[in-house]
Amino acid sequence: MLIALLADVHANRQAFSACLQHAKERGAERYVLLGDFVGYGADPAWTVAKAMELVAGGALAVLGNHDAAIGAPASRMHEEAASVIEWTRGELGAEERRFLAELPLTDAEPGRLYVHADASAPERWIYVLTVEEAARSLHSTEAQITFCGHTHRPAIFSVTSLSKMTAFSPVTDVPIPLHGLRRWQVVLGSVGQPRDGIPAASYAMFDADKKEITFLRVPYDIEGAAQAIRKARLPQYFAERLYYGR
Amino acid sequence: MAKPGLEPGNVLDGFVIEGLIHTGGMARLWSVSKPGIDIPLLMKVPILGEGGDPAAIVSFEMEQMIMPRLSGVHVPQFVAAGDFAVHPYIVMERLAGKTLLPRLVELPLPYEEVAEIGWKIANALHDLHRQHVIHLDVKPSNILFRASGEAVLVDFGLSRHTQLPDLMQEEFRLPYGTAPYMAPEQLLGVRHDPRSDQFALGVLLYFFSTGVRPFGESERMSAMKKRLWQDPKPPRALRADYPPWLQEIVLRCLEVEPAWRYPSAAQLAFELSNHNQIKLTARSERLKTDSFATRLKRRFNPDLKKDWPPRTVATPLPAAPIIAVAVDLSGDAKSTNEALREAAARALATLPEARLACLNVLKQSYIATRDTVLDDEGHNKHVNRLVALQHWAQPLKLREGRITYHVLEAVDPASAILSYAGQNRVDQILVGARQSSLKRTLLGSVSAKIAGEANCTVTVVRPPREDDGSRSEGVREPADTAPLS
Repeated sequence: MLIALLADVHANRQAFSACLQHAKERGAERYVLLGDFVGYGADPAWTVAKAMELVAGGALAVLGNHDAAIGAPASRMHEEAASVIEWTRGELGAEERRFLAELPLTDAEPGRLYVHADASAPERWIYVLTVEEAARSLHSTEAQITFCGHTHRPAIFSVTSLSKMTAFSPVTDVPIPLHGLRRWQVVLGSVGQPRDGIPAASYAMFDADKKEITFLRVPYDIEGAAQAIRKARLPQYFAERLYYGR
Repeated sequence: MAKPGLEPGNVLDGFVIEGLIHTGGMARLWSVSKPGIDIPLLMKVPILGEGGDPAAIVSFEMEQMIMPRLSGVHVPQFVAAGDFAVHPYIVMERLAGKTLLPRLVELPLPYEEVAEIGWKIANALHDLHRQHVIHLDVKPSNILFRASGEAVLVDFGLSRHTQLPDLMQEEFRLPYGTAPYMAPEQLLGVRHDPRSDQFALGVLLYFFSTGVRPFGESERMSAMKKRLWQDPKPPRALRADYPPWLQEIVLRCLEVEPAWRYPSAAQLAFELSNHNQIKLTARSERLKTDSFATRLKRRFNPDLKKDWPPRTVATPLPAAPIIAVAVDLSGDAKSTNEALREAAARALATLPEARLACLNVLKQSYIATRDTVLDDEGHNKHVNRLVALQHWAQPLKLREGRITYHVLEAVDPASAILSYAGQNRVDQILVGARQSSLKRTLLGSVSAKIAGEANCTVTVVRPPREDDGSRSEGVREPADTAPLS
């Protein structure tokens, strides 16, 4: 079974729809949405509605820190991001707000754990960027594979039964086998706000039968997404960085 | 993880276990068969559990990850892999020949034979590197030959696939490899440089041509690290008749700094098969090791102490293609040849590691007789062509070592160029378009055949045509032309 994993959409309608279309063409049979549907981008209502539609169709979704901030303002968010959350709150209807408020911090299937940030304390939104951070997350769970997002930087970590770690930056469109002898932390890139220097939208496809993960990049209408941000009078910077993927 | 041992007659996932071929430190090799598969098969089963080397598991994981992704004549064909949770194994093609290991009793081998063995191994390495894999354990017992002559590399347990996670990354305090063959950077934990394989091949060539291992056999880290600053005794100091060209090649492979070795295994193979045109440097002259003072200076070079953190992303090496240019030396190709030279200059300008092979075909008639080789003035046609090729290339002002000249004697020029390109792992062929359409109709176009059949990029170069205005109204497509899809 092919599972499309999408994280950090951040209200980028153009990027989200391009990734969903791409995943459909590649035969995705199931969708897992790893949080942060809103924030930064200018199409939160459409994005959340799309997520609700997918969940109604069987997709799994977990809560991200930007989603959580809609219901309960976060103290640790920087000013500009918080201003977009403020604006987003007004854009969303009661139904969308309820959907976000009810999202679980984690979800699981046999052998797989889904969480927005590190798994050791999901509500603290800790980034998984380094080997040490990945080790902390991996040691907190028994799942064979933990999928997360939050950093906007694709990465794969593994740990052996003897606690030896490996770190790797995945190469686009090269399937990586996630062997059963070790446990893995797969960090997704961002659909709507890539920050690894590549402006194309980032998501991944997991082949549950072969146990292989393939990271993918999808070009999308950046101009459209940036225009929408400018039109909504959100901070310019969130539009500009889309062009550079930074 | 303890599994009942296999015995002849057992069946595992449809594979019938026949006989035990070999028991090594990390794995057992069984001969197996399966109905419906008509090639001889080998099953590799790791030795796990108590007393086993913990590296065996990781090395087996690596091999199971890498082997299914490899193809071609230079690796054993992958057939199947067993699930780790049930019974780990890899089934692959069983090669008929022996490894290079039994040949150690015959050392030293004749120089030409060493060069030929080296050429075959370098070609195999290039094919592996092309598939993003660095072997990192090149040694006689991991090299076999097919009946058709090609070298086959086996055992990918220590290898690195640069597009897949390196499972060895944090696994070992000590670098893994085979002590006498390990490149200096491997000793420092670097596992992403394809040129490490060139170093190991250099050790093998040194050993096979002199009978002596350049860095001894010690497996103690302090002794192994000596290769970082102590240069090996030049082969010419060991054997008086040692050819300078072979010393040039061997010592270049053994350079401590990877950047001073050949930019690619294909270029090393090229040098081995064209050693009459090698540019000899001071390396080929050396008769003794560097002075004590020089070695001492290297010993305390602060660069050696610097930390080499394992990189998560492989830094691509600068492109080092072999570009072949087919030059027509007949009188009427002047403008085409100028265009070819410009195209070559453009291609080389951006690629400082690229090399150029200038080709010309000396056409033979179907019935060749000895005396047609000599022309009226008694000059050898072959030599004349070489001189003309050098003259053509002179304005490019390429330093020696980046350019070679080859006159191919053949009945069919296109086939000769294609076969040269295949044998020498040429990455791009530059060839002029035929000017005269009458000639093309009668003889068939050389460039069209090359462009159609080559295994690499082909650029057909045409000098700008004079604008005769005939196309000014645009070309109309016939109505029945299918649209481009």
